[in-house]
Amino acid sequence: MDLLNQSVPLSWFLLLSAALFALGIVGFLLKRNIITVFLSIELMLNAVNLSFVTFAHQWHAVKGQIFVFFVMMVAAAEAAVGLAIIIAIFRARGTLAIDRIDLMKR
Amino acid sequence: MNTPLHLWLIPLLPLAGFALNSILGRGLPRWLVTTIGLLAPLGALIVVLNAARGLIGYGAGLPALPYVETCPNPWIALGSLRIDFTLALDQLTLVMLLVVTGVGFLIHVYSVGYMKDDPGYARYFSYLNLFLFFMTTLVLAGNLLLMFVGWEGVGLASYLLIGFWFTKKSAADAGKKAFIVNRIGDFGFLIGIFLLLSNFGTLSFANLSALVAANPAWTGGVFTIICLCLFIGATGKSAQLPLYIWLPDAMEGPTPVSALIHAATMVTAGVYMIARTHFLFDRAPIALLIVAIVGAATALFAATMGLLQNDIKRVLAYSTISQLGYMFLACGVAAYSAAIFHLMTHAFFKALLFLAAGSVIHAMGGEQDMRKMGGLRKKLPVTFWTMTIAVFAIAGFPPFAGFFSKDAILYYAFQQGMNGKILYGVGLLTALLTSFYMFRLWYMTFFGETRSHDAHPHESPWSMLGPLSILAVLSICGGWIGYGEGLGRFGEYLAPATGKLPEIAATPHLELILSIVAVLIALEGLLIADKYYRRKPERPAKVAAAMPGVYSLVSNKYYVDELYGAVLVKPLLFLSRYLLGWVVDLGIAGGVAWLLAGLANFGGAILQRWQSGNIRSYAAWLAAGAAVVLLFAMTISAGGWAQSLQIILKAMGR
Repeated sequence: MDLLNQSVPLSWFLLLSAALFALGIVGFLLKRNIITVFLSIELMLNAVNLSFVTFAHQWHAVKGQIFVFFVMMVAAAEAAVGLAIIIAIFRARGTLAIDRIDLMKR
Repeated sequence: MNTPLHLWLIPLLPLAGFALNSILGRGLPRWLVTTIGLLAPLGALIVVLNAARGLIGYGAGLPALPYVETCPNPWIALGSLRIDFTLALDQLTLVMLLVVTGVGFLIHVYSVGYMKDDPGYARYFSYLNLFLFFMTTLVLAGNLLLMFVGWEGVGLASYLLIGFWFTKKSAADAGKKAFIVNRIGDFGFLIGIFLLLSNFGTLSFANLSALVAANPAWTGGVFTIICLCLFIGATGKSAQLPLYIWLPDAMEGPTPVSALIHAATMVTAGVYMIARTHFLFDRAPIALLIVAIVGAATALFAATMGLLQNDIKRVLAYSTISQLGYMFLACGVAAYSAAIFHLMTHAFFKALLFLAAGSVIHAMGGEQDMRKMGGLRKKLPVTFWTMTIAVFAIAGFPPFAGFFSKDAILYYAFQQGMNGKILYGVGLLTALLTSFYMFRLWYMTFFGETRSHDAHPHESPWSMLGPLSILAVLSICGGWIGYGEGLGRFGEYLAPATGKLPEIAATPHLELILSIVAVLIALEGLLIADKYYRRKPERPAKVAAAMPGVYSLVSNKYYVDELYGAVLVKPLLFLSRYLLGWVVDLGIAGGVAWLLAGLANFGGAILQRWQSGNIRSYAAWLAAGAAVVLLFAMTISAGGWAQSLQIILKAMGR
């Protein structure tokens, strides 16, 4: 692990995290397919996870690692529920285009 | 050991009656409403009679007058100013209280018969009790501010009762007219109170009179102004020139109300107020002269207006204004006891006149036009005889009550030098007119042939005839207590409260001569009325045809209402509608409101775009906001863009 610490500076991890997060946002905002949007949200969660892990390593503190577990757990639950909803929507409406699912607004 | 008199019960019992009947009255059976409505004034009357038992020689254990009850907590305490809830009883108060609660109770009894079939029975009695509450407050008040509360309150009760049949437009309008005209007078009263407060620092009658008595040099000047302001208040409440116009219209109310409020009690409040503050008026000779002139002018003016009215209640209304003018004339010549004496006898015979007229109206099924009456003498014997007593009393025939009091006023007016002689002449002329129009009413109503064949007159029930009979007795005997030099026992009794009557140089037989002149004048009025309305009923029409201009002027009440309408009401309405309504209200106040509303609307139209309902745009704004916060935090914590960039580059380049 020292090798890793030595060869790759902290800021690179953070920049990677920021880049992943930005990608997630862009995907969330621009994509029409619900599954893609869903994956973008997962991407953002994992970008945050990455920075948690990075800082935990940097400061030799275990709290960040623990938070990552929490986030992963929530993400897993969300995936289960979310995917179930997506399947239900697809069965009911025959589409996954997010703009078409706007009955509540009417 | 003096027993307390419990004066506080006098106003509070009617207030309790008002509360009960106004809150629960609708659901209560009629007999219970009647019981509550009658017990309240009866209770007050009993308390008053207890306080007055000294008058007939059973005064053992009574506290000495003036007697004061004060609520221990102050009403208003501002710096050195302290105003209490004070009820004060002196001779003047006691006489007023006897009139108010006595006549008031009789009229309550009368109302039971008169209002029997009215759907607003409970409401009527609650208002009547409310009136009694405020009137007794006015009379008992120990300071001007508490008096003003009663003063305004009786105005409210008067408004409510004039407009009692509020579905009738004329009644609702008359109520509003009375209220608004009274406001003008009350404004003067209020200014007078403020002036008193700023000049003397107290409003209590006892303190004020002590202060004035301690400084005999004070006279004229500020007293004149204060007294004139108070007098303006009195002209509003007591229907004197130029504010008398509301009283004839007030006849739209039920007849017992006209008898109680607009004849016997409320309209005499102005006279009472002047008698109560007589120590101020005594120091303001100019104000006194104005009071006397306005009183005499009102007496004459109203009497001429009464000559040609055909509505039985309106004749009585004008005669009330005229008689009130007599009372102010008496006040103006500093004969306050004479004014109070006439106030008392007037309360008896005028209440009787109104109640008898109410009995006639009741019998005629609501008809008030005297041209449709006639020949009622045989059909309404009790009403006829009581009305006859009242007519003779107001016309001033001995030994009826009105003779003594009117005579006393004319006598004291006669003694006041040159001005007094003129005032006396006006008073005498008024007496002639009064006698004429009262007998005109008497003849038109009770004599001749029945001119209406639709109505089937029937005598009223005993609940109405009983009060009539008692008032008739009072109208006969009420004047006797004031017989003798300086109003006899009455004047002697009132002297501590209203001051001594003016000293008069003894002229032998003068009073007797003046009395005989007055009686002859009254007889003349009777004879003229007899000639025109009994023996030659075709004469009035001929006279009217001979003088069409004068006739239409008088029968239209000198067009005073029309004049006020054109000179005051029209411009006021114009001002209100256009300047205040359009420019100020719609233009300035409305403009500002519209401007603010427009700004909010405009801002909303712009901000509205953010609320697109599109989740993606919300998320984008969220992300943008987060980025801005982040950049902001970076610039703050790292001390500037350049340095943060350096830190990042340094970290990367390591």
